[in-house]
Parts: sequence; C-alpha cells; structure tokens
Amino acid sequence: MTTKPDRPRVLLVDDYPDAREMYTEYLEFSGFDVVEAGNGMEALQRAVDASPDIILMDLSLPVMDGWEATRRLKADARTASIPVVALTGHALAGISEGAKKAGCDAFVTKPCLPEDLVREIRRILDGPPSAQSNKKPRRSGKYAKTS
Amino acid sequence: MAVGAPRRPAVKRNGSAPYTGVPRVRVAVGESAGDDGDLLASRVRLLEGFIGRGEIADCAQIGLQWLGAVLGIRQSICLIRPENEQALFVVAAYGLGSAVTRYSVSVEDWRNPLVSAYTNRKELFFPAPHSAADRKRRPVTPLEDAAFHAVPLGVPGSEEGAGLLLLEGASALPSELHWFVTVFSQKLDQILRQQILAEGDRKQGRERTLLYNIINAVSDPILLTDTEGRLLIANARALTLFTASEEEGEGRRVAVRMNNMLLSSALSSKAIEETGATRRELLLVNPADGSDLVFELLSTVTEDPRQGSGVVSILRNVTDLRRASEEIEENYRKMRIAEVQARAESDRLNLIIDSVADPIVVTDAGGGTSLMNEPAERLFTIPVDASEIEQRWVQANDAHFSSFIAGMLVSSDQRRGGEIGLTDPRTGEPMPVEAIAGKILSEHGELTAVVTILHDRREALERQRLYSQLQVAADGLERKIQAATADIAQQNELLRRQAIELEQASALKSQFLANMSHEFRTPLNAMLGYTSMLLQGVAGPVEPPVKRQLGRIESNGRHLLTIINEILDISRIEAGRMPLQISTFKVPDLVNEVKAELEPIIMQRKLSVTIEMPRDLDPITSDRQKVKQILLNLLSNALKFTHQGGVTIAGKRNAREKTMVLSVADTGIGIAGADQDRIFEDFRQLDNSPTRAYGGTGLGLSICRRLAQMLDGRISVQSQVGKGSTFTLTLPTKGRK
Repeated sequence: MTTKPDRPRVLLVDDYPDAREMYTEYLEFSGFDVVEAGNGMEALQRAVDASPDIILMDLSLPVMDGWEATRRLKADARTASIPVVALTGHALAGISEGAKKAGCDAFVTKPCLPEDLVREIRRILDGPPSAQSNKKPRRSGKYAKTS
Repeated sequence: MAVGAPRRPAVKRNGSAPYTGVPRVRVAVGESAGDDGDLLASRVRLLEGFIGRGEIADCAQIGLQWLGAVLGIRQSICLIRPENEQALFVVAAYGLGSAVTRYSVSVEDWRNPLVSAYTNRKELFFPAPHSAADRKRRPVTPLEDAAFHAVPLGVPGSEEGAGLLLLEGASALPSELHWFVTVFSQKLDQILRQQILAEGDRKQGRERTLLYNIINAVSDPILLTDTEGRLLIANARALTLFTASEEEGEGRRVAVRMNNMLLSSALSSKAIEETGATRRELLLVNPADGSDLVFELLSTVTEDPRQGSGVVSILRNVTDLRRASEEIEENYRKMRIAEVQARAESDRLNLIIDSVADPIVVTDAGGGTSLMNEPAERLFTIPVDASEIEQRWVQANDAHFSSFIAGMLVSSDQRRGGEIGLTDPRTGEPMPVEAIAGKILSEHGELTAVVTILHDRREALERQRLYSQLQVAADGLERKIQAATADIAQQNELLRRQAIELEQASALKSQFLANMSHEFRTPLNAMLGYTSMLLQGVAGPVEPPVKRQLGRIESNGRHLLTIINEILDISRIEAGRMPLQISTFKVPDLVNEVKAELEPIIMQRKLSVTIEMPRDLDPITSDRQKVKQILLNLLSNALKFTHQGGVTIAGKRNAREKTMVLSVADTGIGIAGADQDRIFEDFRQLDNSPTRAYGGTGLGLSICRRLAQMLDGRISVQSQVGKGSTFTLTLPTKGRK
C-alpha cells in the first residue's frame, strides 16, 4: 500500500471477485486508493490496518456477514468514525433498516454503475458529517423502472 | 229468749241466784192453816221467787233452797225429763258438789227403783244401808249412803211425770212438802207449756221466713193482691217493679206508677170474673233503664176464709224468650235465603258441569253415581234406542269406571289419576281416557263424594303419534344435515389445508423470486458495470462501431434489470413485504421530479409534457416513494404509447371526497373498451404476440393498481382507440398512518 496524502482510501468489502475487481479498477481510475476484503472478518482487520476514509460493505458475506462486521466496526473506537456504505443486491424491505441498525451511514443497491458509486462516495466524503447519518437509504435513480 | 228443750239444762248452784223480790200478791193457802204466820210468809216467799221466772233450772234452784231453808232438808237434787228424752237430768242441786250435774237416770232402766218412782208417781224412801246387800238394793245417787226420799213431780191429769226430787233425810216427809211439790209441779208445768208454745211460734216464724226466702228466690215477680188490686205481698223482684221510695229518682217513680196501673187494669178486668189461672201477656217498663219488658201474667184467685179472696200473680219474663223467638225467626229466614242461594249455586254448578266438554262424574261415598254431565252420560248410560252391542259397550265402560272408583274409595289417596280403556258407545272404537279423581271431604273429614274428570286421550295420542312421526322425519333430516355439515366441514378443512399449502407455495414463490432477483442482479451488476467502464474508455479508447455494440449491451442489460425489479416488486407486494413510509409532501414537487427523471426519454421521443396544477395545491399525506413509482410508470407508459402530440399531467383536489386526483392524459394509440379492465392484470400486454411492438413485462399497471390499493386509492382509465388514454390516480389526502 502506498501512502497517499491526496488520494482518499476506500475499503471495498465484497465476496464476488468480479464485482470487487470491477469497482477497484474504476475507483483507482477515478483517483481512489482501494483496499479489498472478501469477508467481514477480513474487513475488520483491513479497517484497523489501513484506516480507510470510507468503507463500502457488501452485506451477504461468508465467514462474517456485513451487518455483524459493521456493528463491530462501529463498536471499535479505532474504526467507529469511518463512514460505512452498505452495498447490496438485496432489494427486499427490511434489509436497509437492518443495515441502518447495524450502523451503516448510507445504503446503495446493486446493481450500481461504477460512476454512480463514485458519485455517492464523493457526496459522503464531501458532505457535512451530521448530514451523513441522517441520509436516507435510496435506490440508485439511474435504474428507476421504465417499463 | 226462751230456752227450747234443753238436753242439759243449766244448773243453778246454791247461793248463785239472789233471792230478791218484794211480795205483791198474797196467796191464801187454806190447807196448811198452820200455827203461825211464819209458814205463810215462807210460802209467799217461794211463790214470789217463782213469779217472773221462765226457766226450769232457776225455779228448781229457788225451790231446793227454799226446802233447805224452810224445811231443813240439807241435801236435795231435782231431776227433770226434758221433752223427747229418755232420761232424767239434774237441773238443780242443794248441798252437793258440782259433780252432781253429771248424774242422770235412764227411764228405760226399769229395774231402777227411781224409774218406778218416776213412772208410777209414787214416793219412795231409801233408808241408809246397813250391809253390802242393802247397798245393792239401793239406786246409786250422788247422795251416796245417806237415807233419802224420792218424790215424783207432775201435775195430776198429765200422762207423764215432770221429774223427780231426791231429798236427804231419814224422818218422814213433812206435810208442808206436799204443798211445795204441788206448787213446784204447777210451776214446772206452766214453764213447760210456755216453752212448747214459744217453740210453736218460733217454728211458724221460721216457716214464714222460709216461705219469703223461697218466693224471693224466684226470679219471676210474685205478688198477692186483694180484690181491689192493692199489693199485699210481693217478692223482691216484684218490689223492684212495683214499688219505689220517695228518695228514688223521678223516672223510676213514674215507671213504677205506670207498672201499677198496668197491673191493676190487667187484673181488674179479668181476674175477678174468672176463676182459676189465666195467662196473659203484660207489657211493663223496667224502672232501672226504662226498657220494655214483656211478661206472661199468671194469676190465680185464692179464697181465704179469714181474709177474703185475693189474687196471686206470677209474672214470667218472656222478653228474652220473645227475643229468642224473633232470633229463631230471623235465622229461619236467613236459612231460607241461604237455601235459595245454595240452590242457585247448585243450578249454576250443574250448568258449568254440563258445559264442560270432558265427562265429569260425581260419585257418593257408597260408590253410587250422584251426578254426571252430558258427556259422561253418553259414556255410561244406555240410550233408549241402543242396540245390544251398544249396551254391552256402555256396560263395559261402567265396569271399568266402577273398578277405578272402587280403587279410589279404598285407597287413602286424596287424588288419583289413571288411564281407563273405555269404548266410544257411538262408534265402538277404543277410547282411552285419562281419569283424574279427587275426594271431597266434609268438615269432619268424612268422605262425601268423589269427583272424577275424564279426558279423552284419543286426540292427544293421535297428536303424539303424528309428533313422533314428525320426530322421526326430523331426526332423519337432522342426520342428513349433520352428514352434510360434516362433509362440508371436511371440505372446508381440505380447502383450508389447500389454502395453507397455497399460501406456503405462494410465500415460497415470493421468497424464490426475491432470492432469484438477488442472484440475477449480482452478475448483471458486473455486466452493466464493465459495459459502462468500456464505454467510458477506462481500459482505453473504443472504436465507434464497438461503442455502438456496447450501447446495445447496456440497454438490454438495463431492460433485464427493469424486468427483474418489477418481478421483485410484485413478489414483495404479494408477500406483504412492502411496508409503507408515510409522510406529508407537495404533489407539484413530486410531479416535477418525475418529469425530470424521464427527461431523457421525453427528449428522445420529441413529445411535450405539460403539467397542469395549481402551485398552492395542498400537500397530501401518503407514501411519497410509492406515489412517485406510480406516476413514473404512468408517465413512461404514456410516452411509450404516444407517437405524436403530448402528455398532460393534471392534479386537483376533491374537497368533498377529501381526495387528490392526479391524471396522466396522452394522445396515443388508446385502448378498446373491452380491454380497459384487462390492462391491470399481471403480465398483461394487449399485444401478446412474440413480435409485439412494445417492450415491457406487462407488470407495470398491475403494480400501479396494487400500490394504489395499498395507499387506499384507486386507478381508473378512460380511453378511445386512436384518440388517447387518460389514467387517473385518486388518493386520500390523509392516508393511513
């Protein structure tokens, strides 16, 4: 890992390698420093080791799921201040609620185009910290149904 | 008061009676013209002593004292035989102790020489005894062994002697003694006579008193009147009616006067003329209270040779009797009335009994029929023109009934019920009757009658039979219903299970679809992501033909995503996992947002979209996200099916219904009337052919309708083929929380 005073560091947690690789490639292309993790347990380790500026958390994960990992991150003083964005393919009601309860600061539904994700990250990092916690989870507007 | 025949006359002992009195009568005694005047004086003294003395004992005492003083007889006893006594008793003694009074001589002791001296009126001398044998021959006297004379007393001519004097002395009796005995005897006789006379008077007085007491004791007034009607004798009751003293009240005196007048007139008119008793009614006034008294007057004329004729009247008080007879009369009258009433009552009872449709029979204590009503007569009496068989039926009825009554009579039951199998004498058909019998007892608890009411059971039995038939039918019906019900229950159970299974299947399907959509999205996410990156030239510059091909991949990928999202919405709604998020928001803002999101398509289709709604439209309370989804759908549909013209989005409030009405009107191809309902069904596109002109899953309107229903609203369509369609969403302004 390279030091990068000007590049914000993103911890990307996803068990689906294609998606992880795709987002990593695009985030690095967009000027982010990316640290990856394949499950919740790894995510905890990387969060402490790399102290990222933001964490993108898939919820359905092996070993330790995203909700549990988020709860632990928020319970740990060293990682509690890092914003966590839930990133999930689950669209059923209650998922976003559960994510919020676990401590997620934002909620993004997959599929999410890489550029949309980058826009969301920038919004959170640039926005006032107080606004982040009140942010309503929302579905990406790009994929509104148009049948 | 004179002394009546004393059994033990009182004894005057010597010296106890003073010898006083002044001689006022001189008596010349010729026989003893003695030598001197002393003798004469002593005789006068004795006679003076006797004068005024009415008691034998007193006279005897005076006599014995005189004998002692004048003739020198030292000891003497006077014995007198009282009337009706069989003994001589000592009435006086001289020179002897008080024990002498206990001495007496029984006149029936005929061996006693004293008795013979008394009865034979013969003087006897008893010399002093010289031996025990002498003493035995002498009578025992208080004089003991002294020589004495026994001198009888009594007047000549009388049958019995008055008594006996025992005088001590051995010498011969002086002549003067005979004078004394004569005088003393006369005096005794006089006293005895007087005593008898006084006794007679007393007896008469007693009888008179008794008579008065008797007539006074009679409660009826009794009176004796002279021929003039003057009252001679009246008993106490009569006195209260016919006499009144001056001190008594005026009213009483007037009443008495009136009574006297009424009595004299009653007596004067008839009493004298008729002899013998007459009975008449006499009305008098009660002086005590002025009330009327009714007497029956019984008067008898008495003939008294000395006092002339008089009338003895007995009044019998019949006031009470009269009253009693009046009462009897009244009672009799009442009895007559009661009898009449009783007869009327009995007539009425008969009427009632006859009017009862059930047979009633009254039986006396002996089992005989005393009364029966007409229905009973039909059962138990043989009609005049009865055939032989009818007679037999009636007789059989009678026998059955008699045996029932006999059972009742011998039992102690007050009431008894039972069933008797009679025969209808008119038709001969069996006639079961229910008999209820009750005993009627007199005040004293004696059985006077038995009343029996018979009730024809045929109708009841017939009804019972019909009822049981009905019951059987009802039971059958009930069984059938029960079977049918059980069947239905079973079917219901089956259906319920099927419903549960269906529900479970549906839930599984929803879950499966939710899972599938997730699994679809993950790879689709990568596909769309990489396509986007390629188009952006992340991996390097892309040639225009490649870029065009990548554009195809992207649009098809997006279409696939839309389909997946719609399937997911449907399954979420069906699984009930689409919660509402209610908030209050402004409709124009939302409409602008929708329009802005679809701006690329609007631009592409070259259509105009107009918004017609007041800016100050009131905010509504609903689920903003779902309202937006509906509007997005309606607007994108309108754009899809409109080739020229434009789309108008209008909004207005319906204050009366408290609703918000949002409409999306297009100038597109339109929908035929018959198809207008079907467009809201799942997976429905009017053109179902594989080569259809318009894409889409056909779930859009179905989702819209379901969402509208979730928000308590509705969606309707108005359309004309070739002219265009208007979809209207109606929502409550205040949706449920």
